[in-house]
Amino acid sequence: MSSTAIHTSSSQGDNAVSDNAAESTFHEVDDQDRAIPAIEFRNVVLSFDDRAVLNNLSFKVMKGETKIILGGSGGGKSTIIKLVLGLLKPDSGQVLVDGEDVTNYDEGQMMGVRKKIGMVFQEGALFDSLSVYDNVAYRLHEQAVPEEEVEPEVRRMLRFVNLEDAIDKMPAELSGGMRRRVGIARALIGDPKIVLFDEPTAGLDPPTARTICELAMKLRDLEDVSSIFVTHEMNNLDYICSEYAVVDDEGKVIFEREGARLCLINSKVMMMRQGDIIFSGTDERLRKAEDPYIQKFLRGH
Amino acid sequence: MNFATRALLELQETTLMAARAARGIFKRPRYIPETIAQMDAIGVGSLTIIILTGFFTGGVLTVQTFPTLKTYGAQSQTGYLVAISLVRELGPVLCALMVTGRVGSAISAELGSMVVSQQIDAMRALGTDPIRKLVAPRLIALLISLPLLTVLADVLGIFGGWVTATALYSVSSSVFIMSVRDGITTDDLVGGLVKPIVFSLIIGTVACRQGLSTEGGTVGVGRSTTRAVVTASIIVIIADYFLAKALQVILGTT
Repeated sequence: MSSTAIHTSSSQGDNAVSDNAAESTFHEVDDQDRAIPAIEFRNVVLSFDDRAVLNNLSFKVMKGETKIILGGSGGGKSTIIKLVLGLLKPDSGQVLVDGEDVTNYDEGQMMGVRKKIGMVFQEGALFDSLSVYDNVAYRLHEQAVPEEEVEPEVRRMLRFVNLEDAIDKMPAELSGGMRRRVGIARALIGDPKIVLFDEPTAGLDPPTARTICELAMKLRDLEDVSSIFVTHEMNNLDYICSEYAVVDDEGKVIFEREGARLCLINSKVMMMRQGDIIFSGTDERLRKAEDPYIQKFLRGH
Repeated sequence: MNFATRALLELQETTLMAARAARGIFKRPRYIPETIAQMDAIGVGSLTIIILTGFFTGGVLTVQTFPTLKTYGAQSQTGYLVAISLVRELGPVLCALMVTGRVGSAISAELGSMVVSQQIDAMRALGTDPIRKLVAPRLIALLISLPLLTVLADVLGIFGGWVTATALYSVSSSVFIMSVRDGITTDDLVGGLVKPIVFSLIIGTVACRQGLSTEGGTVGVGRSTTRAVVTASIIVIIADYFLAKALQVILGTT
């Protein structure tokens, strides 16, 4: 961008060159909007009855970043997602979405925030009384979008998850992996800029789990979506942190491993244990971490 | 928490939910197709059991009271007795109990399963208020259907009584119909319609609240369904007592 700006303005004289170049560089580096985290937790504390679920939790998910939250069951991973959506409220601390403090929003105000967020539930959580089409179209139907605009959107989303033929099926007729993918299509309708995945691969066979991870990578690398990806499966981490999606010369989406070209995969890892963050950083650093719990988690024994 | 605190808390939550549902009715989007679908499920779906309940209740009233009335030579008053018992008491209460069993349990089980399979969370995440989308249509559907079902039960009960009286006890048809007409007053009809309106609110709010507060997987769904039916039935019967007395005072028929 900045180089084209210099190039085109160079014909207009020296002053213009320096002015324009300075302006465009300034614009690139200090894009105010990109500097605001998509999601931010500030000292969030939450407990159920007497059991502490989250102890003074603080972290940020930047724009376009995928934050992988690892940890054993009952470590408070899914709770984080519910807090972002306002399905739960923290006892103290702040939750910010797009720089907006949503901590004290009531249900009505929260509805506006939720429009920006797509959520993929553990088992899909599809409405069993509605067909796949109506499930995916749900958000648009609720907003009373005219039907002729709804259908192409639904088809586009189902194509994205590779399930266009299942459009007329009922959720009960789908396999576990298909339900998750419909859940993803439903979450992505309306192109939310934030997507939350709650253990989307739990209980799926490896190839299907891989497909789900590929969808997450496509969102990160091609759609500039910020996301939280809660999982306890190490192969999810391998895929998402070491591969990236690109569009090849024929317009097909392909996945390449890191290192083949110079690239910076926009993913960070955070590890939770009993309501505390015990690690936060890149996957390379996670693998070198000396904490015995992390080592055990990585090796599986 | 002891029983009284729990009951009070439950009452508070149920009332808040009902209030939120009531407020939601006047806001957009309105869930008219959902309400119509619920009226179909609750009203039309309950027709068979209400027809059968009404008809045989009226019939058995005749069977049980005719011999007694005959002892006093008052067999011409059979219609009077059947009509009054049905319109004042049995019609509204039996209808409410049947609907609690059939509809209250279904509502609670459906909402409960939606809670445990995270569909309610999904609904909220997709920007819909489940109270407005699920609770309000069910409350409205009950509010419209139950009084209509009660009227139907009353009419069929009187018909059942008439069939029994004329066929088994050879009461003449015109005598029976005359005594029914003598028996029912406007006050009875008003009371007979106020009751189902109150009962429908009880059944709807209790069933929805129990369903939405389900915890603990499929076992929890069973538990909340049982609790919904038991609680709603008991409250209906207790409320009936107080309503009967209140109506007498208000309508001045003491």
